[in-house]
This record gives sequence, structure tokens and C-alpha cells, in this order.
Amino acid sequence: MASKEKEKKTVKTIKIDVDKCNGCRACEVICSSFHASPKYSSNNPARSRIRIIREPLRDIYVPVYAGEYTMAECAGRDKYTIDGKEYDECSFCRASCPSRDEFKEPDSGLPLKCDMCEGEDEPLCVKWCLVDALTIEEREEEVEDQEKMEDLEIGLESLADKYGMQTIMDTLARMSVDDKSK
Amino acid sequence: MRYAETGFNLEVDLTRGNIEKVATDPRDTELYLGGLGTNAKILWDRVGPEVTPFSPENLLIFSAGLLCGTPATGCNRTIVSTISPQTELMAFSMMGGFWAPELKYAGYDKVILQGKSEKLVYLWIHNDTVEIRDASHLAGKGAIETAEQIRQELKQPKAQVSAIGLAGENRVYYASVEQGRSSASRGGIGAVMGDKRVKAIAVRGTKDINLAKPEEFLGLCNDVLAYIKHREENPIKGVMPILAGLGSPQEMKVHDEKWHTENFMWGNSRTRRKDFWNEDIEKEWTDTLEGARTRLISCFNCPMKCGATISMPGLPTYMMKCFTKLTYTMAAYADLDFGLRIAQKATEYGLDGFSAPQVMAFALELLEDGILKQEDFPGLPEDNEERFYYLLDMIVKREGIGDVLAKGTYWAAREIGNGAEAYAHNTIKKHEQLPLKLSMLNPIYFLMYSVGEKINITQIEGQFPQAPFPKREHREKFCEDWIQVPHEKFKQYFIDWELRGENSIPYYPTVEMTCDIVEWQEMMHYIDDALGQCAGLSSFPLKPPYHIHNYPKFISAGAGIEMDEERLTRAAKRYRTLVRAVNIRRGMRRKDEKPPENHWKKRFPELEEKLLDGYYKLKGWNEDGIPTKETLENMDLGYVADEFIQRGILTDEAAADVQKETQTQ
Repeated sequence: MASKEKEKKTVKTIKIDVDKCNGCRACEVICSSFHASPKYSSNNPARSRIRIIREPLRDIYVPVYAGEYTMAECAGRDKYTIDGKEYDECSFCRASCPSRDEFKEPDSGLPLKCDMCEGEDEPLCVKWCLVDALTIEEREEEVEDQEKMEDLEIGLESLADKYGMQTIMDTLARMSVDDKSK
Repeated sequence: MRYAETGFNLEVDLTRGNIEKVATDPRDTELYLGGLGTNAKILWDRVGPEVTPFSPENLLIFSAGLLCGTPATGCNRTIVSTISPQTELMAFSMMGGFWAPELKYAGYDKVILQGKSEKLVYLWIHNDTVEIRDASHLAGKGAIETAEQIRQELKQPKAQVSAIGLAGENRVYYASVEQGRSSASRGGIGAVMGDKRVKAIAVRGTKDINLAKPEEFLGLCNDVLAYIKHREENPIKGVMPILAGLGSPQEMKVHDEKWHTENFMWGNSRTRRKDFWNEDIEKEWTDTLEGARTRLISCFNCPMKCGATISMPGLPTYMMKCFTKLTYTMAAYADLDFGLRIAQKATEYGLDGFSAPQVMAFALELLEDGILKQEDFPGLPEDNEERFYYLLDMIVKREGIGDVLAKGTYWAAREIGNGAEAYAHNTIKKHEQLPLKLSMLNPIYFLMYSVGEKINITQIEGQFPQAPFPKREHREKFCEDWIQVPHEKFKQYFIDWELRGENSIPYYPTVEMTCDIVEWQEMMHYIDDALGQCAGLSSFPLKPPYHIHNYPKFISAGAGIEMDEERLTRAAKRYRTLVRAVNIRRGMRRKDEKPPENHWKKRFPELEEKLLDGYYKLKGWNEDGIPTKETLENMDLGYVADEFIQRGILTDEAAADVQKETQTQ
């Protein structure tokens, strides 16, 4: 075989069935308990990396996982209507973001992020969800070999993160003009 | 560091507007655990027998259980204790939901309300910030409506709110405290809250709850979850569906209501309709429930779906659970559509779903029999169902005859007179009971009804099958994996129990066996109520995941208290005795310990006396149901004995003997 096989990677996906959620928040309990230090020594749903967006009277139950930290609020505050129920866009957002309290350590405000309970057979929120609103699915995915990012690129990316890509490009343009004029 | 509990109570003096955070004594946790146990201690210490329910000196205690807020599955109950306006005894109604864990996360085990506010207020507890806030804009609002409005005005969608409706504000004796899908309904605690002019308590907490032995505790939790799965996959054979699984009776899930509608009584607990259930009704009621039920829902950290969100066309959404599904329907001889509609209104008003329908049916019976007159009901509609709405409003607003009916059947009958007393026929200790009238006396139920101080059979019964299985081999099979029994003898009691013949009710189980069984049932409820564990995963169903063998481990791994089965049994006995002591000090005696006269057709007075004697003896109480000095001292309750002697409730025999001798000399 001439061509090199593409690398295979097992991807774990948590499947969320909002119709099955009973709103009990066991996932929040076990998540915050697992991530306590020492492990299980305390629990506090306000530290959980999964949250149930829960409005019983409107029949809204959305388990959301903590994803990336974002420095700025997003522009969108759109509303979704699904099956006649109106959801805030934030109901589906994984970000730890300045516009809301979710996914931040209550004491320090530091961002939280789901790590799928590293070291366990399955994420504990899934194990503790006896109503099967949360289930785990494993599948194999072929992945392209990614080139490692160079140091310069990493540095630039973090600058772009901080100041925005446009500002970086403007600055680079100005710098190059300055450089030429020397 | 304190484990499982926070070690702090909030003391709120409503008269002075003073709030204090008070550290609690860890020794009290060892002696009385928490929840009901420590509530009973506080009521004993601070609310004397002279304090009436509606006096500022009465306390209203909202307590989380000892293990609420830990990862223990289903441990979410708030135990609300006060002196009941209906029974004038200690009320300890409980509610599941989300409030108790939130209180723990805010840093408190209990909220203790004393005094009376001048104007309507609500309490806002947000971690270390606690405020008494004006609630005049919430006056007259529904309980659910109030909770929503408070969350909005505080901009705290995650706040948990316990609130009263208009019934509580107007001190209806069977007013409830509502909390989303749960309510503390029995004993009229909503009336005491209204009397204190507290519309709601909102709480939000973001602190940690610590565990003494984390790995061990989580191991126990995982065992419980595995056992729940096992029980869900293996329902108990040979019992009716609602008793086969775990949780509260799954009334929101099941459609087959043959058993309830044909065995429970309709109207003012009067009529049994033996051939009521048929295919047409089943279809109609199934359609009604399916159309109304949006989702089956749970309490905090529990996989059992005992409640439901109910949206009746044209009415605001509310949440319901358990037998309230049928109480209004059956009181009014109506259909499920009516029952679910009127329950929406009653839930917003904040009323006990057991007492309220019975009081209304009682009033209409009095009218029918001419004891109450047409002029007592100005503007009474012709239509039967409309009459129930009319009465509901009259009672909650306390207008006209509603003002009297608001006191419940017992007190209302005495006020109405003219023979009305005979119509208040379904009470125990002045409190309305489930509408059940049966044939042959059941000794176990006789004792539970008589000596139970929770005054509600569903919060006393459990663990032991309600009736024998017809065949011995089935009973033996049942016993094979019956790990929950405190002692092997209970298996034999059950195996030998026959439907007919010598080993059948009322003389079997024997007095001694009956006392043992009742003590076990009662103990498990008392343990649940101290820990905050829902009875639905413990004391109520057959073969539950929590029992006397794993509870001590949960307590020691969770709270860090040295605990084994013997110590736990002793602790439960201690605060069970303390509850009795509070009631004895308020005048309760043997004469008050009896089921409704007509609960069974076939009664056995001699046997009944023997059952009471046997139970009192087992408990170490005298023949009047008063714990003896020796019993009290053995249970570290010497202070109760001292006061009993001081008040002349007990005589100090030792002291009396000494006195006699002195006199002789």
C-alpha cells in the first residue's frame, strides 16, 4: 500500500436528550463532587461543569456542558423557538462568558470547562443520569495529520484573541509601512 | 469543620426584624441527627405548652435534613415544624423539591422564624446576605405566581422559593407551603407562616457541602444507584402496580385508577363505588391526563419521576404529584378533568389536597341534611362542580360559612353544632385522613393510625407488605432477597401470614409481632425525616435502596459521626420520644390515639387495647402513653423527665417513696 493510512481517533460524544431530562440536577451534584479536591470531598452545583437550564413552568430543560472561555460577550441574543417553546440563545451556549454566571468558580470567577471526567470509564454525569437524558456515544473518526503550530502562530493567535484579528492586521500593516519608510 | 451539615442556623425575629446566624452544637447532631430530630429539640426547649399556634412565640422551623445537599440520591427534603392550628400538637410536614439543598449551599441547616411581622414580608437568603423584604405587592398572589415573581424581581432564576398562597395569608387551618413541584401540606403550617406575615422564603446558595469520608460516601451512593436500577428492572410481583416500584405512588404515570376509585371513598369519605371503573372512563381519564401532562419531573438529585407538570387548556401551568390527582375528583363525584382543573386553583391558593376537598364535601353534606341552611351559602351555584369552586373561594377568602370551614371539619363541626360533629367522621387527632373505610380491622394499620404522630398514614406506613400474598411459596420467594429487614424474624412473620384462617387478620400478626413491625416502619420514617431522605426511596416502598443496614454508613461517612445500627436505632428512638414528649406536654394522651370510629366495620375493642398496651410497653411508656422517667433517662432525655415531674405529668416515684418514709418517721 502506497498511501499512508489516515490516523483513526476514538471520539467520545455525549448525547443530550432534552425530552428525557427530569430536571433533577444529579449531573451537577456528581460533577462538582468529582472535581472537588480531594476528589468527592465536597460538592456544590455552582462549581459544576454541566448545568441544567431549567424552567419547569415553561417545560424547558437543557443540560449544557462548559466549553471554551470567552473574554467578550457575543453579539447575539437571539431567541429560538423549538416545538413552540422559546429558548434564549444562551441556553445552548457552552461558553464561560462575562454575560452570565454559568461555568465560573463561585469564589474566584475562574472559568470551568468539562473534561469528560478524565480517568473515569465514562463521564460521571452520564453514569448518574438514570433517566438517560445523557448518554455516551463512542465513534471512530479519521483525522488528518495536523501540522504542529509554530511558536509565532501561537503567539499571534493569542494576540488576535486579545485584540481582535482586524487590529492585529492593521498593526502589522502599519508596522510594515513604518518599516519601509525607515 | 462540620461535615454534611453546615453547623449554622438562621434565627429570624420577625417582630424586631432581627436576623442572626447562630452556630449549632455538634453534640445535638450526635443525639438528634438533624431535620426532624433537632427541630423537635428546639420546639421542646423553646415552645412551651401554653404557646398557641398563632401566637408570636410559636416557632416555624424550616429545616434541611442532615444529608441534604450531599450526593446521597433523593436526599432533598425540607422538614417544616411548628405547632399546628388544626391538631394543636407538633406538626412536621415535609416537602421534597429543591429548597433544602439550596439552603445548605447557602450555608445554613435551618431557618427558624419567631415573632410576627407587622406587614407582609418575604425572606431573601443569598449566601451571607439575608434580608427581610417588603411583600405587600405579593399579597393575595398565588403560591406559584409568587415564586416566579420573586425570582424575576431578584433577577435570580436559580433561587428556590417556598411560598404560601391566599389560604396561608388568611390562616386557613389546612393551608400548605408550596415549592414548585412539592409542598408541605399537612398540619396547617401555611397558616402559621401566614400568621407570621411571611409570604415566602427565597434562597440561593453557592457554597460547598463537605463530606467526612468522601470515597466511602460515594461508594455508598453508587451502590444505591445500582440498587435503584435493579429495582426498576425488577418490580415486585403480586402487589398492585403503584406499590411494585420505588418512589411515591406513581400517580402521574399510571392511568389505571381502578384500585383507587373503587376502594377509596367518594364524597365526604362516604361512598364506595365498586363498579365505577370501566373502559370508557379509563379512556376519558387517560386522554385527560395525557393531554394535561407536559413532563414527568423529579426532585433534586433523584431519578424517580413522581411529579408532573400539568397544563390544563386555558389555565396556568402547575405541578402535581401523588394522590392529589384524585382527591378533588372523588370528593365531588366528578371526573379527572374537573379534578385537575380545580387543583390548579387550589395549588395557587396553597391548600392541602387531602383536607380541602374533604371539607368541601363535608359542607355540602351538611347542607343536604339540613344542618347548614341555604342561607349559609348565598349565591350557591346549582351545578355540583361549580359548587366546589364556590366553596373553595369562600374558604380561602374566609367569607361567610367559609370562615368556619377554614378551620377544618373537626373545629367547624363544633362551631356549627346541631349534630354536625357526626359528619366530621374521618379525622385522627382532629386532622382529616385519607378517605378509606374498610371491613376487617388490620392490627398493623390500627397501631400506625393510632400512635402515629405524623397524622398521615402515607408517612407512617411502608416496608412491610400491606397484605399477605395468597401462597406461601410466593411469600417465601419475596423473603429471599429481602435485605432490608432489621431482623430475620420479620421474614417469618410474613411467611406465616395467611389471607384466611388462624394466621390472618385481626389476630395475626400477633400483638407482639404487630408492635415489632410498626416500630420498624416508624423508625425508618423517623430516620428519613432527620436525614432529609425522601420516603419514596426509603421508608415507604417495599425493598427500598436505603435501610437500617446502610444508613449508619451514610451517616458516618457523610457527617463524620460514629454510627452503627444500634446507635442509629437509639438516636431515632430518642427524637421519636422527644416528638411524643412535646405532644404529651401539650396534653395528648391515650384517649387521643385512635383511628376514625368507622374506619373498619369489624372492630375488636379488647384486641385494640392490647395492641396499644403492647406498643406502649415496647416503647417504655406508661399505660397512658407517657414515656416513663426510666425510659427518658435511658435515652439521655432526663431533662424531659424532670419537666414531666415538675408539671405533674409524671410522678417521681422515687421522690414520692422518700417522702412517704419521711412522713412515717
